[in-house]
Amino acid sequence: MREDFYILQDGILKRKENTVYFENKDSRKILPINKINSIFAYGNLSFSSGVVSYLSKEGIPIHFFNYYGFYEGSMYPRETLVSGDLVIRQAENYLNSERRLCLAGKFIEGACGNILKNLRYYARTREDVQEAVGDYATSIETEFSRLKDAETIPSMMRTEGKIRELYYNALDEIFPEEYRIIKRTRRPPENKMNTLISFGNSLVYSTTLSEIYNTQLNPTISYLHEPFERRFSLSLDVSEIFKPILVDRIIFKLINKNMLDDSCFRGEIGNMLLSEKGKKIFLKEYDEKLKTTIKHKGLNRNVSYKSLIRLELYKISKHVLGVEDYKPLVMWW
Amino acid sequence: MNNEAGKDNDCGLNDLEDRPETSIHAEVFLDSVRITGVKVNYYHICKTKLWLFSHNITLEKGDDNVALGKILHEDRYKKNSKNITIDGISIDFVKTGKRIEIHEIKKSKKMDAADRAQLLFYLYYLKKRDFDAVGVLNYPLLNKIEKVELNPEDEDATEREIEEIKKIVLGSMPVPAHKKICSRCAYQEFCFCGE
Ligand code: SF4
Repeated sequence: MREDFYILQDGILKRKENTVYFENKDSRKILPINKINSIFAYGNLSFSSGVVSYLSKEGIPIHFFNYYGFYEGSMYPRETLVSGDLVIRQAENYLNSERRLCLAGKFIEGACGNILKNLRYYARTREDVQEAVGDYATSIETEFSRLKDAETIPSMMRTEGKIRELYYNALDEIFPEEYRIIKRTRRPPENKMNTLISFGNSLVYSTTLSEIYNTQLNPTISYLHEPFERRFSLSLDVSEIFKPILVDRIIFKLINKNMLDDSCFRGEIGNMLLSEKGKKIFLKEYDEKLKTTIKHKGLNRNVSYKSLIRLELYKISKHVLGVEDYKPLVMWW
Repeated sequence: MNNEAGKDNDCGLNDLEDRPETSIHAEVFLDSVRITGVKVNYYHICKTKLWLFSHNITLEKGDDNVALGKILHEDRYKKNSKNITIDGISIDFVKTGKRIEIHEIKKSKKMDAADRAQLLFYLYYLKKRDFDAVGVLNYPLLNKIEKVELNPEDEDATEREIEEIKKIVLGSMPVPAHKKICSRCAYQEFCFCGE
């Protein structure tokens, strides 16, 4: 099983023959080439000659994040597993507006299903907020039921926006004052919760992109998001389903178990960032989460959360190939 | 095979001696579908696999079975190996002599029928090109070899298979159905990804 490597410090990535290592004034760490799945670079990373083309040749993507922990871009290796037929079908599903709406709706359906799972979990375990959270869950269901009437992507997007708003309102009922979202804003994150969500979402986007690389799907052809929105917009689509499963659950744990203190954050409200320590804690949880396994009925064995992303991509491939209608993943556990 | 053709062909094959990979030209394209030995093999194993493979959907990264196949090929048969490709049909190795011997290396006898069909397909093509050839299935792990000759029934069967393969590949993806071999198939996750 290949691993993801998270590099938080500044330094240089070097290649010496068939070994890649990360080096800076404090340390030197070997990255075994056939053990790397992807590299997540949070620090300022520079490269010695040849290392980028070597990683690219080995099919290893590097995801870059800026100082704030936001996704900046990826070095995405040249596609090696191209299937002309699949790409054509992918495009066909985009160009046919009925099919596009169908697929776009599935991503919202998956996201919504997982959001509801999260809320129901809280409605069960926390008596004090049970009623309020339950009400929000009902409103989300009502909102979701309108999706089938949506005739355009923007109207679908509006529904999704409303669902998210209700969701975040519900979370505000659950979490202590200092973790209120109030209004979700992206850049710059305004408060602790926003900071955590943004950091996590960037990670899910990158992991999904790495997984797409291992399939024959073309990452630039997407359905819910416009293909021109971001270079690898299919990753945005698929991430929707996994954000509540991965990011939100990690955040719940971090808050509920009091794993974060003020030293995990930097800056102030309105310009709040994760500190080095905060990033480390989050990344550790994230990596563990991806490795967590769950029994999969179709395959009749345990699969990791990370492989669930890959399986989701296979399901999408089969949908566009016309073999099996795509049913988005909703946590069954 | 008459003498003249034999001579020509011998020359052709002798030419191959110094080169690691060579093409013998043969008609393997049938209405835009390229028929290869692997496809004939997959046709017997699973139609879904045949389709996915033919559409360039490959998921073999990190599959141990594939790695073992590669090692077997590279080590044990290094000395003999000529690694010949006949218009995309790659043959494990060829021995020339009075008759051409097409050798296929297999790990086990589990896929016997498929392996045989694959070899028969090679013999069929060589026959169409006037090469008199015999097939040999090698099972290094079982320390066994088996000869395969092409008889008229096999020839008919091969022709029918080629037509069938063409139809499957040009059609839509066959819906995966559970079978015993799925657990060892590289496409398992793809086929049964639905919860
Ligand atoms: S997993 Fe089974 S159904 Fe799928 S391609 Fe392999 S053998 Fe065929």
